[in-house]
Amino acid sequence: MKLGLVIDLDTCVGCHGCATACKQWNTSGTIGPLADKDPYGREPVGSWLNRIRSYEVDDSPNSKTVHMPMSCMHCDDADCVTVCPTGASYKREEDGIVLVDQDKCMGCNLCSWACPYGARELDPDQGVMKKCTLCVDRIYDEKLPEAERQPACVLTCPTKSRVFGDFDDPESEVSKLVRERAGKALMPELGYNPVNTYLPPRNKPVQDQIDTASLKDTVKGWVNKIIAR
Amino acid sequence: MHPAFSVLTFTVMSGAGYGLAALLILGHLLGINSLQDSSVLLTSGILALVLITLGLLCSMGHLANPKNAWRAFNRFKTSWLSREGVFAVLFYPFFLIYLIGIWTQGAEINGFFSILGLLAALIAIVTLFCTSMIYASLKTIRQWNSSLTPLNYIVLGLMSGSVVLAAIQASLSGSASSILYQLATALLVLGAIAKVIYLFWIGKPAGSTINTATGFTQASVRLLDQGHSSNGFLNNEFGYTVEANKIVCLRVLMLVVAFLIPFLLLLSGSSTLIVIAALLTVGGLLVERWLFFAEARHVVRLFHGDQRT
Repeated sequence: MKLGLVIDLDTCVGCHGCATACKQWNTSGTIGPLADKDPYGREPVGSWLNRIRSYEVDDSPNSKTVHMPMSCMHCDDADCVTVCPTGASYKREEDGIVLVDQDKCMGCNLCSWACPYGARELDPDQGVMKKCTLCVDRIYDEKLPEAERQPACVLTCPTKSRVFGDFDDPESEVSKLVRERAGKALMPELGYNPVNTYLPPRNKPVQDQIDTASLKDTVKGWVNKIIAR
Repeated sequence: MHPAFSVLTFTVMSGAGYGLAALLILGHLLGINSLQDSSVLLTSGILALVLITLGLLCSMGHLANPKNAWRAFNRFKTSWLSREGVFAVLFYPFFLIYLIGIWTQGAEINGFFSILGLLAALIAIVTLFCTSMIYASLKTIRQWNSSLTPLNYIVLGLMSGSVVLAAIQASLSGSASSILYQLATALLVLGAIAKVIYLFWIGKPAGSTINTATGFTQASVRLLDQGHSSNGFLNNEFGYTVEANKIVCLRVLMLVVAFLIPFLLLLSGSSTLIVIAALLTVGGLLVERWLFFAEARHVVRLFHGDQRT
């Protein structure tokens, strides 16, 4: 099994719902708490496992706003695991989930240096590394109804832009989406082979720009408006 | 990258310590005349131990959870940081027994102590190599991911060690040994060349861009919003930025203080000036290490709006 997420950049509206649901679930989950320093102050800083960044892609009139949620990509070749000196960082043989053993981490930051996706953040309070668990404490929980055995970010997404599944199964929803929508990996040149895949926005027809009316028409329209009153 | 002071002092001090230890042992065993004096050997040996130990203690300073530091020896098979830890600890018994040999038998030690000394010198250089590979193995930082990084760490470690060794020899025996002077001068030239090549090499644009980072390779990409109102861990760790003119000034300062002035002081041949040269080299290498971090640009910066690394 190779578990991971597909994220649809066409439909993501950048609401930060996934990040909030992630923080809520995981702060009381297996790696919790996820501490915040100065949470209600001027400069709040804390560990989040999911970040959403917004970009403007291309130039006017083709420009487009793209929201890009990013969490751990659970890479096939995860350098964050091999650089870890203590053995706290590990990748599960059975499903490919990359996890940090909170009891072994010494907070040297080297795994966050080795991660190109900014998926790892040091907890400012406990001094250990925090990262996305793919809600490992949720997806295997047999007490939950089957439909809820999914990561918190996937369940909460209002536009269904996040899909969770097994990339090793060619008939799974994620594999189909990657095939049909030409899913992309981020920074493939670094060779980490990230599992999480991004679906690029669909091409939409370029909107004709509205012609601004001539001065004569503007004045005419304005006069007509006044007379009509 | 954020230059953490503890890591700067650690790499500079332990670099000088391992360089000093390796050169002292090799020079002694190769039969260099000025190093057949047990007081010079013991003083340099103890100074090397002090530098290495202080450096290693400093390295603990940047751990956020040091109570788990003992676990760092676990992943010798894959982690350069783990390898560095193992070799750093392994160095102590070999070097201590070698020093005890000198203390009890003087400069004419027997074969047993010589072999242990030789192994200590080898482990010292391997440790330097492991330290450099922690940085050189990171594909995320193109300024570090190069064979120039281990070259720089090993050459600069031996260089600072050679200047310190020449300084100790000169101040203990009163007269300067010409071979140690020549060695230190040659290593200063070599170090400066290695550093200048590195500076030219990192100046070449290369590596990932905001386009490959976001997957939009056929259009321009600009950051609109990084998603949080104040800086987080990633900004603080990787977002460290220095103005270009300050970088230029510090590069010049580094080349002058770490290489040029010590080189000129060594040419003078006076034994007091060479102590100053040793201090300047170590101080200049602190600037060099600061620049090594401050100029390194992690790819996460691309997600925060940088167009290229």
